[in-house]
Amino acid sequence: MSKHIVALTTGILFGIGLAISQMMNPEKVLAFLDVAGDWDPSLALVIGGAVGVTLLTFRRILRLPAPLFASRFEVPGTDAIDSSLLSGAVIFGIGWGLSGYCPGPAIASLTIGSAEPGIFILAFIVGNALAIRWQAIKDPSPATVAPD
Amino acid sequence: MENFTPYSSLLGGILLGISATLLLWMNGQIAGISGIFQGALKMGAPGRLWRIFFLTGLVLGGGVWWRITGASFTPRSDFPIPLLVIAGILGGFGSRIGNGCTSGHGVCGLGRTSGRSAASTVTFFSVAVATTFVARHLFGSML
Repeated sequence: MSKHIVALTTGILFGIGLAISQMMNPEKVLAFLDVAGDWDPSLALVIGGAVGVTLLTFRRILRLPAPLFASRFEVPGTDAIDSSLLSGAVIFGIGWGLSGYCPGPAIASLTIGSAEPGIFILAFIVGNALAIRWQAIKDPSPATVAPD
Repeated sequence: MENFTPYSSLLGGILLGISATLLLWMNGQIAGISGIFQGALKMGAPGRLWRIFFLTGLVLGGGVWWRITGASFTPRSDFPIPLLVIAGILGGFGSRIGNGCTSGHGVCGLGRTSGRSAASTVTFFSVAVATTFVARHLFGSML
């Protein structure tokens, strides 16, 4: 119960953060990425503010024996930089730089009156499904664990 | 630089960091939206319900705030649909095989000082800048 209230509340807070910072505005995101145009550095402050907080808090939290409402921390176990990580980041970066949408802002924008976020999210689901197929072909071992 | 909004951007960013902090401290989870979204879509997956709660909050928080602040920006609605579909497919494919997106690798991974997340973040930012350059300045007249 507490876990679900925390999830709902942190989701709301995340959505408000994306709205206040205008990460939900793809024009604003592209104005940051377009360094050769009329450059708008605002997004650097969004990332700076967010990472500034997580840098202060995450390592302290991860030294605790357990989270408040769960038995353990579910953080990625590997720190390996492999080709799948990097090719994924390249492909993701093309999609982001083309449209100005990444998944969080697109989901947060589903009700603000443009069809674009919904179309992006539907296509995102298709991309996910294709990646799962591709991973199964590339590595047919049934022990493949879905990433989080 | 006339559209620079330092205060609201910094404030919004800090809220993202606080949200990610609370989710890790209380529930032990990483606020990585692509991972949460994939987990929420998977029937019968453990932890599916909290992910649905988080995403519901995301839709509510973004939508309600945008409304109560008097529609602070006009949502874009004239982007070419085929390009939007291609971008969405690439986003979904890339975040799946690269294990994360702007929030998971960017906001949370950098906070954990994960080298893996730093490599991902530097890569997708650089590629996004290059893509925007190509799309706007080399093929700009076509879009």
